[in-house]
Amino acid sequence: MPDTTLSALAAQLAGKQISSRELAQQYLDRIAALNSSINAFITVDAEKTLAEAAAADALIAAGNAGPLTGVPIAHKDIFCTDGWLTTCGSKMLHNFVAPYDAHVIQRFKAAGMPSLGKTNMDEFAMGSSNETSHFGPVKNPWNPAYVPGGSSGGAAACVAARMAPAATGTDTGGSIRQPAALCGITGLKPTYGLVSRYGMIAFASSLDQAGPMAPSAEDCALLLNVMTGFDPKDSTSLEREKEDYARNLDQPLTGLRVGLPREFFAEGLNNEVAAAVETAVAELKKLGATTVEISLTNSKLAIPVYYVLAPAEASSNLSRFDGVRYGYRAPDYASLDDMYCKTRAQGFGAEVKRRILIGAYVLSHGYYDAYYLQAQKIRRLIADDFNEAFKVCDVILGPTAPGTAFKLGEKSDDPVEMYLNDLYTIPANLAGLPGMSLPCGLDSKGLPIGLQLVGNYFSEAKMLNVAHQYQRATDWHARAPEGLK
Amino acid sequence: MKWETVIGLEVHTQLATKSKIFSGSSTAFGAAPNTQASAVDIALPGVLPVLNKGAVECAIKFGLAIGANLNRINVFDRKNYFYPDLPKGYQISQLAKPIVEGGALKIVVDGAEKTVNLTRAHMEEDAGKSLHEDFHGMTGIDLNRAGTPLLEIVSEPEMRSSAEAVAYARALHTLVTWIGICDGNMQEGSFRVDANVSVRPVGQKEFGTRREIKNLNSFKFLQQAIDYEVRWQIETLEDGGRIEQATVLFDPDTGETRMMRSKEDAHDYRYFPDPDLLPVKLDEPWIEAVRAALPELPAAMQARFQNDYGVSVYDAAVLTGSRALADYFEAAAQACGQGKLAANWVMGELSAALNKAELDIAQSPVSATQLGTLIARIQDGTLSGKLAKQVFEGLWEGAGEVDAIIEARGLKQMSDSGELEKIVDEVLAANPKSVEEFRAGKEKAFNALVGQVMKASRGKANPAQVNELLKSKLQ
Repeated sequence: MPDTTLSALAAQLAGKQISSRELAQQYLDRIAALNSSINAFITVDAEKTLAEAAAADALIAAGNAGPLTGVPIAHKDIFCTDGWLTTCGSKMLHNFVAPYDAHVIQRFKAAGMPSLGKTNMDEFAMGSSNETSHFGPVKNPWNPAYVPGGSSGGAAACVAARMAPAATGTDTGGSIRQPAALCGITGLKPTYGLVSRYGMIAFASSLDQAGPMAPSAEDCALLLNVMTGFDPKDSTSLEREKEDYARNLDQPLTGLRVGLPREFFAEGLNNEVAAAVETAVAELKKLGATTVEISLTNSKLAIPVYYVLAPAEASSNLSRFDGVRYGYRAPDYASLDDMYCKTRAQGFGAEVKRRILIGAYVLSHGYYDAYYLQAQKIRRLIADDFNEAFKVCDVILGPTAPGTAFKLGEKSDDPVEMYLNDLYTIPANLAGLPGMSLPCGLDSKGLPIGLQLVGNYFSEAKMLNVAHQYQRATDWHARAPEGLK
Repeated sequence: MKWETVIGLEVHTQLATKSKIFSGSSTAFGAAPNTQASAVDIALPGVLPVLNKGAVECAIKFGLAIGANLNRINVFDRKNYFYPDLPKGYQISQLAKPIVEGGALKIVVDGAEKTVNLTRAHMEEDAGKSLHEDFHGMTGIDLNRAGTPLLEIVSEPEMRSSAEAVAYARALHTLVTWIGICDGNMQEGSFRVDANVSVRPVGQKEFGTRREIKNLNSFKFLQQAIDYEVRWQIETLEDGGRIEQATVLFDPDTGETRMMRSKEDAHDYRYFPDPDLLPVKLDEPWIEAVRAALPELPAAMQARFQNDYGVSVYDAAVLTGSRALADYFEAAAQACGQGKLAANWVMGELSAALNKAELDIAQSPVSATQLGTLIARIQDGTLSGKLAKQVFEGLWEGAGEVDAIIEARGLKQMSDSGELEKIVDEVLAANPKSVEEFRAGKEKAFNALVGQVMKASRGKANPAQVNELLKSKLQ
C-alpha cells in the first residue's frame, strides 16, 4: 500500500489511473489482512463499500466529481450510519443498526467518499487507550503490545496502518489528538460548533466535536472542507460563511508568534517527548516563527473540571439507553426497575458506569453548587486564560500527551493515571478552541511522539498552515510503522 | 378550631403549535400509536433537539396577557428520571430561568373580584403515554405525545377555597383559549390541573404541609378533589394526626384522593442546563410584534362592558367567559343598543337553550344580529317580553327573521288603544267581584284583572298600557 496523500489519490482517481472500486478493494484487502491483529474495525461491509465506490466512479465518469470523490474513508463507530451497525463500542448498542445518517456521514456521502467501515473506539468515547471497547482493545500498529490511545483508537490505528487513507474521529477531551499522537498521524479537533453533532452519539454535548484524522495536515484541511458547515438540526452548530481550510497551507511562517505555555512543559512530561517538542520548536523558528512564553494558570484544574462536567452531561446523555426501545435489554427481569438495573448493569462497561455514577453524584441535590456550578466557573477561567494568551501569540504549542503509547493493561486499573493522559488536550475542549496533533518524532522504543497546536477560535486555517509548513520541512508524518506488510 | 384552606395550582397547557417543541412531528391528537414519533421523539442515539419558535411565541403571548415579566434570556434544563414513556430519560423543561415570571389574573367569586398572582410559567415537553390496559402482562408505549409543547403555569398559593380555585382555573382556561395558545380541550388533556392543597388554623401565618393532587382534567373534578382533600386534611389534623407531604391522585368514581407517592419516594431530578440547546433570547422587536397581534384581553373587555353597556361585574365576567361569547354579546348589544337587555338575553334565554341542546355559542342557531333585532322589537314596543320568547323559539327553529316571525305568528303587541279599551271594559264587566275587592283595598285583585286582560288579548296587549287603562277606569 503506497503512502499517498488524499490529494494524490484524488488526482489518480480524476486521471482514471485507478477507479474508486479498485482503490476501495485495495484498502478492504489490507483491512482483511490486518484487522485480526490490529482490531481497528468493528464493522466492515465490503459489499456496501464497493457499492458506494461504484457510485463514486459513476460521478467521476459523469464529470461530477468533487475534490475527494472516490477516496474512501473510515468512520468512527460513534456516527450513526444508515443501514450500518452503529455500536459506539458498547454492548448496549451491539445490535443497533442505525436508521439514519449522522450529518458528518451525510457530508462524506455527498462528497462521494465511500465508507470503508466503522472503527473501534472506547465505549461511548470514554477512555484514552481504546481498552474500554466491548469489541476488544485496538493494538497500536507501531507495536501491538501498546495501546493506540483513545477514544478514537480504531480511527488512529487504521490510518497509521494504512488500512484507510483517512478517518473521522471525535474529541471530547482529546479523543482525536491523543490517539493521533500515539499512532503517529495528524488529527484535528475543530472549534466547537464548526461540525454538526447531529447523529454523533453524545458523550458530553458541550465538549464533543468531530474532526478529521489522516497522515498529513493537508489531508486534514481537505477533510475539514467536507465536514464543516451549518446544520439546522444541531442548535449548537455555528452559522458561518464557508471557508477553504487549505487556502493558507502554503503561506510562509515568517512572523508567526508561537506561545509556549509554561504549564505544558512542567513536571509529569516525559523527557523524550519534551526533547522532541523542543526540536519541533527549533524547526518552526528556522521557518521564521518567534516564540513567547505564556501562562495558562488555570489549566492545572482542567482534569478535575472535566471529570465533573463531562460525566455530568454523560450521565444524562446515556439515560436513553434503558432497554426500552432499542439496543441491549437484559434477558431476565422481575419488574420495570429490575429491567432498567440489569440492562444497564450488563450493557455498560466499568468505565462508563464509573462516569455515570460520578455524573449523577455531582448533579444531585445538595452537591450541584459545589461541583457542577463550581466547575462551570473554572471552565470560564480556563477559557479566559486562553483569551489572554492569544493577545500575544497566534498559536499555542506543546506536547499532545505527557508520554508516548503505554502498554496494554498498564493503566487500565488506575483511572486517575489514565485520565492524566489528557492533561494537555482537555483545556482546548473546555474552552471550545480548535486543537490538533501532528507527529514530531519517535521515542527510543520507536513509538510516535505528538506535537499539539491550539489555535484561537476559527483559526483552523492558520493551524493547518503551521502544521503543513512543519510537515514540508520534516518527514515524521510520512513515516509508517514497519513490519506491517 | 376554625381552618383556612390554602391552594396553589400548577396548570399544564398544551400549546397549539402544529409541530412538536423540539422536532418537526405533528402534534395532532388521536393518530395511531407511534405514527407521530420521529427519530428525535423516540430519542434515537445521536439526535438533537431544535426549539420550535412557535412555542416560544405562545409563551410570550401568555406572559404579555398576564402582565408578567418576560425573561429576555431564559434557559432549558434537563429533568432526569427514568420512565418508559420518557424516551431520553430526561424531560427538557425550564427550572432556574423560566420564560415567564410574575403576572396576575383577576377572578370573580360570589360577585367579588380577587386577584391571583402567578409565580411563573415555563416551557417544557410532554412525555408519551403508557398504555397499561391494552396488552396483557405488558405495557404499551405510545410516543405520539412525547415532545408536545407545554406551558406549565404556576400560581402563588393564594386561593382560599375550591370555588376560588375553580374560578382561577376557569379564568386561566378562558385566557389561554382567548389568546389562541391552547385549544383548551380538557378531555384530550390539553389543559391539566395539579392542585397543591393545605390547611392551617385561621390566623396562623405559616402554611400547613401540602399535598399535591395530580392531573385533574375537569373543573368538576378539581372542585370535588379539593373539597375531599380539605375535609380529609382537617379530619386528620383534628384526630391528632399529621399531614405528610405527598402526591395524590383523585378517583372520580369514589370521589376520594389516594396516595401516589410520599416525599421519601420523591425523585432527585438532577436538573442542569441542557447543553444541546442555547439560552433563548427574546428581543424587543419580537415581543412588540407579538404584543401588537394580541386581541383585546378578557380583563380589558370586562371593564369596557361595564362602562359601555352598564353590565354588572358578575355579568361582565360571565360574558367574557370565552372570546366567542364576548363577541356574540357585543354584536347583539350593538344591534339593539341595549347592553343590559342583551346581557340578560345572552345569559338567560340563549344560554339556557344552548345548554339544553349541548351547543357551543359558536354553534348557536340564533345569530347575534337576530337576537339584537329581537331585543330592539321589545324596546320599541312591538313585542312584549313574553311574546318575544315565542319569537326566540322561532328563530331557534330557523323559522326566519324576527319581523317575519312576528308577522307570520301574529305576535305583534296590541297598540290600538280602542281595541284594548274594549277588552278592558269587557273584563271589568265580567269580573265585578274583583272590581269590588280592588275598591275595598285589595291590591291583588288589580293584578288578577291585569292577568284577565292579558289573557283576553292573547298576550298581545302592552302590560304598561293595560295598567294605565285599568287604573283610570277604576278610579
